[in-house]
Amino acid sequence: MKELVCIVCPRGCHLQVDENTLEVIGNSCEKGAEYGKNEISNPLRTVTASVAVEGGIHPRLAVRTNRAVPKGKMFEIMNVLHSFKAYSPIKRGDVLIENVCNTGADIIASRDI
Amino acid sequence: MYDVLIIGGGVCGAAVAMYLSKYDIKCALLEKENDIAMGTTKANSGIVHAGYDPEPDTLMARLNVRGSELTEELCKKLSVPYKKTGSLVVAFDSKDEAHIRKLYDRGMENGVRGMELLDKESLFELEPNLSEKAVGALYAPSAAVVNPWRFCIAMCETAAENGVEFYLDSEVTSIEKINGCFAVTAGGRTFDTKYIINAAGIYADDVASLVGARDFEIKASKGQYFLLDKTQSGLVNTVVFQCPTEKGKGVLVSPTADGNIIVGPNAESGNERDDVSTTREGLDFVAAEAAKTTSKINYRENIRSFSGLRANSDKSDFIIGESDLCRHFINVAGIKSPGLSSAAAIGEYVAELIADCGLIMTEKEQWNYPAPKVRFNELSNVEKERLCKENPKYGNVVCRCNLITEGEILDALDSKIKPRTLDGIKRRAGSGMGRCQGGFCGPRVHEIIANYYNIPMEEVLLDKNGSYIVCGKVGGEE
Amino acid sequence: MINCDIAVIGAGPAGLAAAVAAYNAGVKDIIVIERDKEAGGILNQCIHNGFGLHRFGEELSGPEYAGRYIDMLKETDIKLKLKTMVLSIDNKVISAVSEENGFEQIKAKAIILAMGCRERNRGPISVPGDRGSGVFSAGCAQRYLNIEGYLVGKRVVILGSGDIGLIMARRMTLEGAKVLAVAEIMPFTNGLSRNVAQCLDDFGIPLYLSHTVTDVIGDGRIEGIVISQVDESMKPIKGTEKRFDCDTLLLSVGLVPENELTRGAGIEIDPRTNGAIVGEDMQTNEAGVFACGNVLHVHDLVDYVSAESERAGISAARFVLSGGAERGAQTAVLNGSNVSYTVPQHFSPEKIEKGIDIFFRVRKKIRLGEIRVESNGIKLAGFKREFLAPGEMQKITVPKVLLDRAEGDITVSAVEIEEAE
Repeated sequence: MKELVCIVCPRGCHLQVDENTLEVIGNSCEKGAEYGKNEISNPLRTVTASVAVEGGIHPRLAVRTNRAVPKGKMFEIMNVLHSFKAYSPIKRGDVLIENVCNTGADIIASRDI
Repeated sequence: MYDVLIIGGGVCGAAVAMYLSKYDIKCALLEKENDIAMGTTKANSGIVHAGYDPEPDTLMARLNVRGSELTEELCKKLSVPYKKTGSLVVAFDSKDEAHIRKLYDRGMENGVRGMELLDKESLFELEPNLSEKAVGALYAPSAAVVNPWRFCIAMCETAAENGVEFYLDSEVTSIEKINGCFAVTAGGRTFDTKYIINAAGIYADDVASLVGARDFEIKASKGQYFLLDKTQSGLVNTVVFQCPTEKGKGVLVSPTADGNIIVGPNAESGNERDDVSTTREGLDFVAAEAAKTTSKINYRENIRSFSGLRANSDKSDFIIGESDLCRHFINVAGIKSPGLSSAAAIGEYVAELIADCGLIMTEKEQWNYPAPKVRFNELSNVEKERLCKENPKYGNVVCRCNLITEGEILDALDSKIKPRTLDGIKRRAGSGMGRCQGGFCGPRVHEIIANYYNIPMEEVLLDKNGSYIVCGKVGGEE
Repeated sequence: MINCDIAVIGAGPAGLAAAVAAYNAGVKDIIVIERDKEAGGILNQCIHNGFGLHRFGEELSGPEYAGRYIDMLKETDIKLKLKTMVLSIDNKVISAVSEENGFEQIKAKAIILAMGCRERNRGPISVPGDRGSGVFSAGCAQRYLNIEGYLVGKRVVILGSGDIGLIMARRMTLEGAKVLAVAEIMPFTNGLSRNVAQCLDDFGIPLYLSHTVTDVIGDGRIEGIVISQVDESMKPIKGTEKRFDCDTLLLSVGLVPENELTRGAGIEIDPRTNGAIVGEDMQTNEAGVFACGNVLHVHDLVDYVSAESERAGISAARFVLSGGAERGAQTAVLNGSNVSYTVPQHFSPEKIEKGIDIFFRVRKKIRLGEIRVESNGIKLAGFKREFLAPGEMQKITVPKVLLDRAEGDITVSAVEIEEAE
């Protein structure tokens, strides 16, 4: 059994995952069970960061992946974001980069700017 | 050729510069740091002592009493925060009582006015939060508190307004004597001068070495402090000293001129000259000693701990006068406590000394105090309204703890002696001096400085040289 | 003098939620005063995700969460005054100043205080050492990084395991800085467990519990720091010093409600929360002045801030619509064992409709516990809870039917119970 703290929500449930059967106990919701399974087989994370933006009230625009991506891809995605530039106006939820690093996830704007 | 070159932009150098600016002579001040008021001046108790401490017939006694009078007058003229709070030396036992009687007698001899020996009852009327163990006190109503760096900066600004030149980042590295004059090398420049005033504080003996006149040693002694939030004002109303013990002079608990409470200092000798660190042991000692005065100090409300260095010397008195080893080289050295109290009187006295040395000093016909700066939060509602209409920048509050506006920060940047650092702005405008210590306004003041000088954010400093704040843009963006 | 029905001070999550709720409750003449150049408050720099699961049922970033409330505000006629600093509040007259309008005064029938909180810094924890640059509160570094786009340093040690510190450990690592360690003086973390997992464990950043910073080295920019282990009374243990060569020390050592305006207005403050003392309607001791969000007590979850602030907004609207309602008799909510504070601190039993939400924090970690609500020795309600920790705010809802059994004041306590096999 592997002990994990669920990161799906701030509640932070203490999960126990069977490494062979991927059975999860200690979760309070279905998302927690899914997290427990993934964390053993293919850990996923949402990447949140910022990109350069021109013409907005701030020089940086908060962005995130619209779904969790493999943990190992985080730094690769950061490199893509570092060389990306957005141009105002942008709406919250606008897709800025599609299928970033072939993860199937898009980079979306976190706010209007 | 300068007539007089002042080495050191602390409160003594500042006072000398200001008094000399009244005369028709060519004068400059050299400071090794990137701003004035960077040494002992910015890190001390901020007390204008009444004058009962120094032994009678010393320079310290005379200049302290005279300085105390001058400081009150000057602070009004220069709009420097100053409060005549009075001071107490509290006695906790019969030995202490004997000591305060001795201080009273000494004060009488030094010409201190208005002193009183208080019994327990009148003491607690004045200071209800003191420890129950207090039995009486020496009360000196003429003692005061002053904002020491504002005092220094205001005197420098006055000197600059009246023609004294200021050179920052100008550490004196050599002094040559040529034909009875001096060639001083500092910050990549050479200054020829007839007279030198050595007001180099902790480093005064090193500067004296440069002309072969090191006949004294500075023995820096570190003192550590707590500075409490304005929420604690009223804890004490006067400067409260303890009687000295074997362990040291005893820590004080005092209001500051800005409305905070200051607690400290301890006394540590033998430390290095550039060491102004605080230590857990030092601060713990201060807290333990201060607890004897009052148990009501709330250290959760501490907003800053800091250390300062006293410029003690191997002489018992101040070292002020022309060096025996070098003509026209005038020391203003070993200015320990009551140095801040004496500073103004030192400036006045040094001007006389130079005249005695033979420099012809004619008083200027025109000499002015600089125009007072706006302090937005101290204005009435009507004045605030009027000022915002005149200049909308006074409507933009940048420092929310002390309610300092962008207008005031721009005024500070427009000073005669221009600050280039966040702490330089802090010392002039007061931003970042409150409970959040710049956590909120820091990035904003940072940006205002970068825009004002048109320099990248990476080049703006917090305080001393090397104290950069940000190291680059995210993702290496150009 | 400008007149309005409700003035809200602060357009962060608390102010936005309160204003929108008051509007929807029937008061249309509302002014929200914000000192920043945009609404959203600190959420704008909290670009990480994890917000909104309770409120919106999905995981949002800070700006997204704020954006939803800003959109709600835009759908109303609420006036938003940006870049405006409130200087003082006196008898429901607000004095404010801005570049655009200069000095102005606003008289409101009700005021909602939603100024948020600020970070505790180096002072109150007396971190000794040199005073070089490179010591930042975590939120200040976060602003530089996420809003201005500047990195504050390359080699970082973090003191305090509060959430902002943990989040910043990850953010700075992702931006190429090396986070060498997180030191926490308590034997447990102050942040949410999930943040320890995804911000430290993911990147192999060591967490030193029962450790604190005992020296800071460097007069220009800092060059290193020393941490030491502490004993049970929090005193550093000699011989346990570890030095890290770093250019940055981030402090994540707690938040303090920003109540200077509140104090200035003469409103009573609870020394336990550092926020105003309020009733079930979030009303302070000054009639018609309400408080909500982090200015009242520091929350962990913005979702709870919104819920609490909506309550304040509705109460303020009722106050205005009823022309200043009577407050009724007050019953105190007392702290029992292991409870360090409660909000509200009192309530009017006749004003409770369905039940009362009580927020509180526990004093120590409890693996399995029961939250007990008692009155005059009688147990009114019990709530079983797992993994209680001081770092995580708790909330219980006591139904009116149970409250009605109270005889005088009620006490909330957290009792450790044996694990049932």
